[in-house]
Amino acid sequence: MKPPAFHYFDPTTVAEAIGLLQHNENAKILAGGQSLMPMLNMRFVQPDALIDLNRIKDLSFIRRGTDTFEIGAMTRQRDIEFSPEIRADCPIVIEAIENVGHRQTRNRGTIGGSLCHLDPAAELVTIAGVLDGTVEVTGPEGRRDIHFLAFPAGYMTPAIEMNELVTGIRLPIWSKTHGYAFIECARRHGDFALASVAALIEVDAEGRIARAAVAVGGVASVPLRMSEMEAGLVGQAAGDDLFKKVSRICETIESAADAHVPAGYRRHLAGVLSFRALRLASMRAQKRRAS
Amino acid sequence: MTVTRKIAVTVNGLRREAEVPVRLTLADLLRKKFELTGTHLGCEHGVCGACTVLFDGVSVRACLMLAVQADNHAIETVEGLAAADAPLNDLQQAFSDKHALQCGFCTPGILMTLTEFLRDNPVVSEEDIKIAISGNICRCTGYQPIVEAAMQVVKARQGNPS
Repeated sequence: MKPPAFHYFDPTTVAEAIGLLQHNENAKILAGGQSLMPMLNMRFVQPDALIDLNRIKDLSFIRRGTDTFEIGAMTRQRDIEFSPEIRADCPIVIEAIENVGHRQTRNRGTIGGSLCHLDPAAELVTIAGVLDGTVEVTGPEGRRDIHFLAFPAGYMTPAIEMNELVTGIRLPIWSKTHGYAFIECARRHGDFALASVAALIEVDAEGRIARAAVAVGGVASVPLRMSEMEAGLVGQAAGDDLFKKVSRICETIESAADAHVPAGYRRHLAGVLSFRALRLASMRAQKRRAS
Repeated sequence: MTVTRKIAVTVNGLRREAEVPVRLTLADLLRKKFELTGTHLGCEHGVCGACTVLFDGVSVRACLMLAVQADNHAIETVEGLAAADAPLNDLQQAFSDKHALQCGFCTPGILMTLTEFLRDNPVVSEEDIKIAISGNICRCTGYQPIVEAAMQVVKARQGNPS
């Protein structure tokens, strides 16, 4: 058998899952399993207990509120990809999710699993960052909210306690006329991105940028919100010169080299992709405003 | 420590029961317990796609699921595409016609991937097919004959045999 030996629990309620977390040391939570199962098969992780959330029906939902989507942690990436509501009102999520692994992994993989695994190159992590998502965490004392930008405690480490469980995320909905773009560079379709950029833009009637959000994934150890770039965009006339100028801010990102590419290459990619994402998002914003 | 559980799984329409270690993967359940060795294991960490099966009708990597997770669910494997004494189904026949396999190791996974994809998307382009099979690694064909086989099925199912 590939995985190490463990005790297996498959609770049907969140309360039961949290009880199990409290009473089992060295426990791992199994969501969609598209990252944890490979690590178990290679025995990189050796938990004493595996707590499988797949039978908790209450954690799988997409609810549209007036200005946010609330998505349950165990909602499959597939269900998000094929949600007509999300496609209509939060299209950047769809553009990003089509780059998450492959159809077979999206059929199992969950949004909560992606967020907790917190790979800085993961598309949904970058999306939660650009949208100013709020992570819903449930523990023995009840539920609390964590703003997504405070969610990474470090490289692939969420800022939650051992007895807490991510139960959902809220993603704010932008105006009907916002422009969006998610662009990544990967060596093959479905691979983790070498670098990715998510951009959201609103333009006013004069073609000036009224609101902007930009996030860069895969370059630093945590997903980055490019607040300096956003400040450089707002109030300015949308155009290639502006996008070129603000994209240069990516040259200052702290990045490390790895087996695939040197650090400078990722920074360079982040700049190139930022320019392209801003241009596409701005074009879409102007088109939607005109129609 | 070997913790086991009794499970009941519907495999290719037949309900089957087994007592399994909780750490047994779904792929090993199919291959070792049920002796359905059509599902192949390549990398066993979710990269190659050879072990793709349908779980409640959607494609999954059988090496990335536990057998216990299949309890009370329905699995379809490559053995279910055509009965042993029946002719190949249209997708399998297209693979034969277009020489879409050489060593055949990746074939079951690609067949199951395309079974789901073409069921859900009857009208698709070559580019769509390429993206659909991007999660399956083939080291022989260079993929082009696989794409051609899939396109043959797309056309034939629309009533335009190529």
